[in-house]
Amino acid sequence: MNIDRQTMEVDIACVGFGPATAGFMYTLSQAMTAEDGSVLLESKVMPGMPLQVVCYERADDIGFGVSGVVTRGKALRESFPGLDPAQIPMAAPVNEEQVLYLKDPLGKSRRNSGVRMLDRLFGLLGTSDHAVKLPYIPPFLCKKNGLVLSIGQFSQWIGNQLMGSGLVQVWPGMPVSEPLLEEGRVVGIRLVDQGVELDGTAGPGYMPGMDIRADLTVVGDGPVGPVGQKLDEHFGLPDGNHQDEWAGGMKFVVELPEDCTLQPGFVLHTLGYPEPEIFGFLYVFPDRVAALGIFVPSWLDSPVRSTYRLLQHWMQHPAIWKYLKGGTLRSWGAKSLQESGQRGEPVLAGDGFARIGEGSGSTNVLTGSGLDEAWATGVQLAEGVIDLVKAGEPFTRANLERTYLARRRSSWVEADAKIAKRSRDGFTRGMIPGLFGMGLSGMSGGRFNVGGVFRRPWERIPALKDYFRDQIPEQEIDSIVEDCRQHGKPLFEPLMDKLGWPPIEYDGQLLISHQDALLIGGKVQAAHGFADHVRFVDPDACNKCESQICVAMCSGQAITVSEGGGMPEFDREKCIHCGICMWNCTTGRAGDSLRSNVSFDAGSGGLHSAEN
Amino acid sequence: MSGGFHIVVCGSLVPDPLQTLEPIEGPNGPALKNEMMLPAVLDPWAGHALFEAAHLAKNVPGSKVWLVSLGPKAKLQQLMMSIAQKVSFELVAIDGSAGGFTDPFDVAATLAEAISKIEGLDRSRLLLFGGCASASRDSGVTMQMIAERLDIVDQFLAVDKLTVSDDGSMEILERIEAGRYQVSGCDGAPAMLGWATGSLPEPPNNPQVGMMNMRTVMPALQKAQAAQVGVGGLSYAAVELPKQRRETRVVKDTPAAEIAQEIVDWLKA
Repeated sequence: MNIDRQTMEVDIACVGFGPATAGFMYTLSQAMTAEDGSVLLESKVMPGMPLQVVCYERADDIGFGVSGVVTRGKALRESFPGLDPAQIPMAAPVNEEQVLYLKDPLGKSRRNSGVRMLDRLFGLLGTSDHAVKLPYIPPFLCKKNGLVLSIGQFSQWIGNQLMGSGLVQVWPGMPVSEPLLEEGRVVGIRLVDQGVELDGTAGPGYMPGMDIRADLTVVGDGPVGPVGQKLDEHFGLPDGNHQDEWAGGMKFVVELPEDCTLQPGFVLHTLGYPEPEIFGFLYVFPDRVAALGIFVPSWLDSPVRSTYRLLQHWMQHPAIWKYLKGGTLRSWGAKSLQESGQRGEPVLAGDGFARIGEGSGSTNVLTGSGLDEAWATGVQLAEGVIDLVKAGEPFTRANLERTYLARRRSSWVEADAKIAKRSRDGFTRGMIPGLFGMGLSGMSGGRFNVGGVFRRPWERIPALKDYFRDQIPEQEIDSIVEDCRQHGKPLFEPLMDKLGWPPIEYDGQLLISHQDALLIGGKVQAAHGFADHVRFVDPDACNKCESQICVAMCSGQAITVSEGGGMPEFDREKCIHCGICMWNCTTGRAGDSLRSNVSFDAGSGGLHSAEN
Repeated sequence: MSGGFHIVVCGSLVPDPLQTLEPIEGPNGPALKNEMMLPAVLDPWAGHALFEAAHLAKNVPGSKVWLVSLGPKAKLQQLMMSIAQKVSFELVAIDGSAGGFTDPFDVAATLAEAISKIEGLDRSRLLLFGGCASASRDSGVTMQMIAERLDIVDQFLAVDKLTVSDDGSMEILERIEAGRYQVSGCDGAPAMLGWATGSLPEPPNNPQVGMMNMRTVMPALQKAQAAQVGVGGLSYAAVELPKQRRETRVVKDTPAAEIAQEIVDWLKA
């Protein structure tokens, strides 16, 4: 159907306001005008005016639904010489780092012989609170002289500066559905349709998404962004690259109890519990506030992984709970992390477009660092754009490769990414090869690595009966599956109960139901008039799926089991747009070797918290 | 009517209603914990007033809409990025507290002064719009006090519908008790209308409207005058939020009567 759409022209259209786009816009805005106000980078669409640069962001405000981080802050300090962390709300310099190996105080996690040996080996170092403090933190993991930050507050801090300059515009609450492609060239973006029913058909107040035409489209929409996905679909990934490794990060922002002695800048990393493959973190901000949580990776080969329940068990580990007991939840959130790093790098520049940030494969999977790298790629693109605009040259693939890509390839981001490229491959074989591989890559500067066995995320998820062999009789599994389908309940709860994981005893402050985490911490909301952005492409595939792992892993309980069985139900008013459903599906999409049966598109709403 | 209306909407930000609020004692009296960090939205009642104003201006040629906002400049700037996409208006920004504990008397005085200084404003064509109450700042008195200061005697509160005739006269539906409306007639501007929910849905985001608004929003923010509101003069004996009890369950297809009965039982308990 031919839809009459409004069109608007700008010089540069950006998609997604995260650290990468912030770095891009900040650097560009600094170069647009001279001190006397005269224009240095002139607009083509509004001659005589500075470049017209707009950014459209899906979330209802900038800084919503992101994460707490620890970063070395190298790129940030280059952009802000003499940066005082006190200028940024909830930021603090790193003052202490610890790595804890967590033993299993309940004896319920799946620990193979290698992990049990590791338990014993680390135990020789002395155990306290069922945990071992590692005496040495390898340099590649250290964040000495770094910062702990709330990306939400950082985004608001930089966003206010940008908007206050009046030189660039950031429009939240405006999702972008797709790139505009004409003869292999990106000529702008299309915003989502508004005033539509859940299935996307026109409803009352229908307003077709506007086309924003631009000479350059900057794609910084993260690892699960719809524009990035569609570019990958069109251009494919470079030979040898793939995006098979993912992690679901979920965290709480907690007001620590009054007697807590942890100081701002304290950084804690954990491994070993509640499953050996799960990493945890705790960063302390000023004013007795901490961000803490876990990462559940795609190589945790379990059909009943549930980030929320695992997080609640992690928090109750004696070595963590001693800091948290008596604290209260302030905020909650979750996101997908693209764990393939540089191996997941897409086509970074083409005619009329460039990609920056996490969706461009900039995250360093060895150092566990993403914000600094994302910011740096934004700065590098901006510097390239400044060169091209000043020279009056167009944003062709060749020109962007010569300016942006050349800067990126010769920078520390690339050098570090090369070291990290194969550092996590060992995790595809298991926890022990993974740890060994990380250490080897890190200590040898990437020269030596442990090889991996790569599979699509859906190929890693075992059948229930294989996974629970020797633990739960097949007939009992059948009975639990049937009961859950009939009553619309998720499978992971009864199966984890059956394995002996204790139920969560709610305290109403930190140990709370998943729904309460959404309501108290996440404050999730979705505006009317937008279509569902999660779709199950082949309903029959869902009917045949026994584990329906998308339900267990859904961060917001937006995906639920249909009563009586069949395709799961999706409630967009609970969706936090983490995109975890995309890679937590047991079925590949017919005719598409890259994607699962869950389609994750552009949508409105999400978390309403800026403390993340 | 000839010439159209000059519609001035008073509205500012309040903490996003989804947030958890906690009163604290600040240097200038009671405040909300981390208020500057809390996400903010346009006060919902003021939002309805703004949307009604834009709708009226669209239908009455020659009309113009101003939005007069008192709030911390940085937060106002952020708020504008959301609402400036909705409808066309010209911003008058005042840099000051938007806290819920600010004395409405101070707020009314500040807003009235700002309105009286708007260049080109024709007081004979003035319709003063605002929320009939606010989600944070008052108990429904601010708009009346502004109107008094601007010598507007025709005042209507809890308005849900405004119908304008060709001669500029107005029919206004005000909410009264028992779910009924009071229907009033008014010969025309100037008048003050404190809106309840009105009857219009929230407009979709329109990038072109946003781009157009930004040409005036950013200069308005840059020249926003600081206002001394909420700094002394009023003391609070005690401040507390209603105690919350939370019992979350997800239920589907439960009859409304059953839900209502459960709430009644819960309240009685």
